[in-house]
Amino acid sequence: MTSVRASVVVLLLLAVALTTGCARQSATVTITIHHSGFDVTDATVPRGVPVTFILVNEDPIDHEWLIGDEAFHEAHRTGTHAAHDAIPTEVTVPALESRRTTITFAETGRLAYICHLPGHEAFGMVGVLTVSG
Amino acid sequence: MRRPWISIVAAVAALLTLAAPAMACGGLIGPNGAVNLLRTTTFAGYHDGVEHYVTSFEFAGGEGEFGSIIPLPDVPTSVERGGDWTLQRLRLETDPPAPEAFFRLDAAAAGSADVLLETKIDALEITILRGGGDEVGLWARDHGFRLPPDAPEVLDFYAERSQIFMAARFDADAARERGQAVGDGTPVHLTIPTDNPWVPLRILGLGKQASETVEADVYLLTDARPAMLPNAGSIAESDGLVLDHSAAATETLLADLRSDAGMEWIPDEAWLTKVAIDLPAGGLDFDLAIDASGAGRPSAIDAGYAPFRPNPAPRPPIALYLFVAAALVVALPVAGAHLGRGRSIGPPLAGA
Repeated sequence: MTSVRASVVVLLLLAVALTTGCARQSATVTITIHHSGFDVTDATVPRGVPVTFILVNEDPIDHEWLIGDEAFHEAHRTGTHAAHDAIPTEVTVPALESRRTTITFAETGRLAYICHLPGHEAFGMVGVLTVSG
Repeated sequence: MRRPWISIVAAVAALLTLAAPAMACGGLIGPNGAVNLLRTTTFAGYHDGVEHYVTSFEFAGGEGEFGSIIPLPDVPTSVERGGDWTLQRLRLETDPPAPEAFFRLDAAAAGSADVLLETKIDALEITILRGGGDEVGLWARDHGFRLPPDAPEVLDFYAERSQIFMAARFDADAARERGQAVGDGTPVHLTIPTDNPWVPLRILGLGKQASETVEADVYLLTDARPAMLPNAGSIAESDGLVLDHSAAATETLLADLRSDAGMEWIPDEAWLTKVAIDLPAGGLDFDLAIDASGAGRPSAIDAGYAPFRPNPAPRPPIALYLFVAAALVVALPVAGAHLGRGRSIGPPLAGA
């Protein structure tokens, strides 16, 4: 009888866990870079869930995908990093390759993603991401 | 014996180039991804089905390496050092300096593509490549060229028509070691068998802001007066193309050009055209297509106005089908009558 009760408890816990998991589904956004432009320049993602960005570079030149607020971008406009690969919000996408990064945004608001290689932002490599509640 | 104009040309050229921090043709890519070009000069001669393309890379000072990528209409059979005075002599022909202008200048002068061919001319390393935009772009990246953000689109633009490119790397340090002074030019002469020449113009805007001005002079020497697209000298002047000169080439010009190195091919008679380009880079989304055949039909595809498409699958030969159908219409009754007559005159089948 005790083992039956234990089994019911385990099942209940699993159900709760599964339900909770469903409520926190992750999201995926695919952004393709072609002729030095993002094909998605305005996207909305939910706050508090892991969002996976799949970045596809169809160009024969390297690009960057750096996401953050204005202060973040101002720092990168004058930065000297040759490549980014350790921070989820800072990704270098080599020529004709793809990269994947996952970010959980804790706050709502609007962020920009920009390629900060020389001349690329002026060329139009800018997108806006809205994190909604 | 040096011709008297040569010294004048040399002086003018030196003065012009001293005033110009960088002069070359094609998309120049420097260490910071952009190099400002002043007016560039290109010569495209066309005779006996061969385009002779002459441009000059001039030492602009500085350090390190600079690169340039120039799309070509076809595979060159030779890439060699150009003659010393062809471009300057052409400038002198169409824009002879007035004495006062000369002295003003004098004052101002104080100031994973396939590799088809590799050669070195002075401080220039030249590679002829065959490949699509992606392949050429990757090759350039892997060989130290830092392409600007508009490069992928521009390379695709050209690769749709011709997958032949010339990459030139100019080593400023090597130039200095060779004793080249600022303003010294290295002319390059490409010999390109092709049906009709076209001159790449859009590449001149590579790496420039849309509002930056592109200035260039294009000299054409053809057997007959060429038809061009855009039609410089007419409505295209609003596109920033101006027909500066169009006349039968003088005998003295032809003789002077013929006396330069590699220019023995210059014919006895020819038509000289000069097209001046002066427009914002954002508006330079075309090339100069030339019909030198006399047919008067420059290619919209060569000009970049019409997208290149592979030749469509050959249509069924309608005329042949109609002929066959007509033949059948005529032949079947005849054959039927013949067969009918055959039955009537043949021996009766057994048992009939």
